[in-house]
Amino acid sequence: MKAAVIVFPGSNCDRDIQVSLRKSMGDEPLMVWHGDSSFDYVDLIAIPGGFSYGDYLRAGAMAAKSPVMREIIARANKGVPVLGICNGFQILTESGMLPGALMRNAALKYVCRDINLRVEANNTAFTQGYNVGDVLRIPIAHHDGNYYADADTLSELEDYNRVAFRYTDASGNQAVDANPNGSQNDIAGILNKNRNVLGMMPHPERLADAELGGEDGKRMFDGLVAALG
Amino acid sequence: MFEITQEVVASHGFTTEEYNKVLDIMGREPNMTELGIFSVMWSEHCSYKSSKKWLKSLPTEAPWVICGPGENAGIIDIGDGQAAIFKMESHNHPSYIEPYQGAATGVGGILRDVFTMGARPVANLNALRFGNPDHPKTRHLISGVVSGVGGYGNCVGVPTVGGECEFNDSYNGNNLVNAMTVGIVDQDKIFYSAATGAGNPIVYVGSKTGRDGIHGATMASTEFTEDSEAKRPTVQVGDPFTEKLLIEACLELMQTDCIIGIQDMGAAGLTSSSFEMASKGGVGVELDLDKIPQREENMTAYEMMLSESQERMLMVLRPGTEVKAEEIFKKWQLDFSVCGELTETGHMVLRHKGEIVADLPIDPLAAASPEYDRPWIPTPKPATLDMASSPAPEDPMATLLHMMGTPALASKRWIWEQYDHMVMGDTLGHGRPGGDAALVRVHGTKKALAMTSDCTPRYCFADPVEGGKQVVAETWRNITATGATPLAITDNMNFGNPEKPEIMGQFVGVCEGMSAACIALDYPVVSGNVSLYNETNGQGIHPTPTIGGVGLIQDAAQSVGIAFTAVDQDIVLIGETKGHLGCSLYLDLIEGRSDGSPPPVDLSVERKNGEFVRSEILAGSINACHDLSDGGVLVALTEMALAGNIGAIVDTPEINIPFHAWAFGEDQARYLVTTLNAKELIARANQAGVFTQVLGRTGGNDLNLSAVGSLEVDKIKQANEEWMPKYMS
Repeated sequence: MKAAVIVFPGSNCDRDIQVSLRKSMGDEPLMVWHGDSSFDYVDLIAIPGGFSYGDYLRAGAMAAKSPVMREIIARANKGVPVLGICNGFQILTESGMLPGALMRNAALKYVCRDINLRVEANNTAFTQGYNVGDVLRIPIAHHDGNYYADADTLSELEDYNRVAFRYTDASGNQAVDANPNGSQNDIAGILNKNRNVLGMMPHPERLADAELGGEDGKRMFDGLVAALG
Repeated sequence: MFEITQEVVASHGFTTEEYNKVLDIMGREPNMTELGIFSVMWSEHCSYKSSKKWLKSLPTEAPWVICGPGENAGIIDIGDGQAAIFKMESHNHPSYIEPYQGAATGVGGILRDVFTMGARPVANLNALRFGNPDHPKTRHLISGVVSGVGGYGNCVGVPTVGGECEFNDSYNGNNLVNAMTVGIVDQDKIFYSAATGAGNPIVYVGSKTGRDGIHGATMASTEFTEDSEAKRPTVQVGDPFTEKLLIEACLELMQTDCIIGIQDMGAAGLTSSSFEMASKGGVGVELDLDKIPQREENMTAYEMMLSESQERMLMVLRPGTEVKAEEIFKKWQLDFSVCGELTETGHMVLRHKGEIVADLPIDPLAAASPEYDRPWIPTPKPATLDMASSPAPEDPMATLLHMMGTPALASKRWIWEQYDHMVMGDTLGHGRPGGDAALVRVHGTKKALAMTSDCTPRYCFADPVEGGKQVVAETWRNITATGATPLAITDNMNFGNPEKPEIMGQFVGVCEGMSAACIALDYPVVSGNVSLYNETNGQGIHPTPTIGGVGLIQDAAQSVGIAFTAVDQDIVLIGETKGHLGCSLYLDLIEGRSDGSPPPVDLSVERKNGEFVRSEILAGSINACHDLSDGGVLVALTEMALAGNIGAIVDTPEINIPFHAWAFGEDQARYLVTTLNAKELIARANQAGVFTQVLGRTGGNDLNLSAVGSLEVDKIKQANEEWMPKYMS
């Protein structure tokens, strides 16, 4: 598998995902600068967390208009898997590659902590390393992760099994206390229609190493390598 | 042109004597720009004029110290050709006036001190001290400071891994925000600030200069009054995104051989950076102020030289490398301007709009920087507390439950969850906030740094000498409790008005205590910062020498955390318990008293016990370890249970002191550890001459103390977790 990590000037999880990908792939992912409008063919494009261009406007809004995003949209339309984590998810919604929007957390505060996620769909390259119903422990770290979409969009996401992950408690049950940001339907990650674009607020790359406290995130990268070769 | 009147001189903070020195050095009356430059260079903040004499007495050397105080930050050897660079710095006054920006720019400033030396910042810590939670301003200040620290640190992508937060009436009008950054660098890529080579270009990079923060350094060198709010315009505004760009651009440039000297523009901005670089290198400097990137129109030379706009650096480059350097800064979309050159004149000459607007001799100004031996009186030694004067609590477990829910001991999760403490992917699972010391792996290696910040101001207030020893010893213990070897400290000395002999006496006493501890523990001071005049309406803060400690463990996998890791492990108390209740948290919280002497620190016992604990952790015989501090044995035990969600069954050992003195006394040099084999551990402790007591075993859902009762861990957790969110909501 060949992978690219997109680097915006304010990306700050680029190295973290580079490390996680390297560990599962055994190879170096390609680091692609935001100003580059073309780069080698890859099997996976990862858009990391951070503050792309400072995010003084809505998070991800400026990055969505960057040269590299035009190329990413074109490749996603041809079926290349694109994974957006945290700020990456925000960029994917701002660019229209995923529906809905990520609003300020309901508690209005930035929050960094381990949360529990339930796997809702494993028929994708990203999640085939998990079983549906698995409860994962993965960290979140964001200020704007409160997923919102209109009622039609939400039913479409639900009806077509496009919700990939949901916030739950440690036993896998949805609960008000277990939703860290106010997201509708406890949504933590969603897929596009073709299931080749995943956006998620939690950071699987942060718990992909036992020494850091867990390896639930590693299964995503191992699964991607298994799916994409 | 302004006239230099007596009022102007006084408003720049000069004494008559100091101003006469200015006249001597200049040989004429200075103009406004020159006066402004003298004023900031000789401010307490930049010149350390009250503290220098005593700071010199602190030990600063050890075989592993690469660079001690005097540079932007201190540097220690961490093996394999790598070094850790770190420093702590206060942003107290700005954070009180404008909490969000004050705290944010405090973080930005300390980050720059570290990456200006070539290190990639890998961890931030912060020590926050606020007034009484019931004081009308406290909640607003906490909210602003915490969002400011988080807003800046989260965006630059450096994890905020540790710190402390404490409340006391003495900070009602003067909160403390002490920020620390730790970075890692290859030893052959360390950069210093000295500027050398006449004719070499001086380059300005980063943000544009605006009118923000003019006279910040002078503001930080005076006491507060009711009208301090009017000083809000002297607080700078931070832009963490630009800082992130600046980090990446500087570190990229540092991989080349372009840079001769580099210095960030912190307090007193362009003035102190250019001045210090030239002074260290023994050269003169000529700046063309028309080349300074400006955010506002019609800025005067005075304003440009004294602005404290953030995210700016000054560099001296090798001639001919300007184009290469500029390309890197353009890539990161930052301003880059060759704004002057080094000269052989020994003078600082400023040109603006075709005219020379300032011409000052550098060495005389630096050499004549005032240094005072301010009068001081030693703090009278407090009487030892008579244990009989402290009545036994009726129900010690109820007392414990109450204490765990007080602001002093309540969980500070509300704060540290607003900080990204995991970005960069090297924060160990058991080294996250909430433990004794944060643990962050040195990227790409098995090594980890252990970092902590600590201070017990109530001890320092009662007895500055013992308190000074204790603060150093406690950070040493925090680091030791993870298994790491403590290497060096940075000190952030927060005190009141040094012109008062009793305040100066606190400073002198604390330095004496710190020195003794640093020497006894082989734990020198490599960097630091002094913040004086922390007074409002004549009321000084408690003496608060915040210590940031850094240690190293060769194999991160050997380190331990404070959480009970499994049931059925033996709990052993290391170190002797004499039941010292003087100045204890118990006395304060339960009896509403703060009398008595603080616990004495026996530094040789401290070292012996610590070395024993560390060797046992590295040998793998200890599974969890927590050092004892505020609240004594019972509080430490509770914190270990809460962190691990596992209870404990404890048989109180036979004691000849009241139970509450045993449980809540704050004797030093103690640790609680868990082990699978207490018998063998104790045998080795006996051999080493280390005092131990078996307390019981881990297990169950309760904290069960046979002699006095039992409490559900969940119930304590609720009390411990609920105070802060409730208070802030």
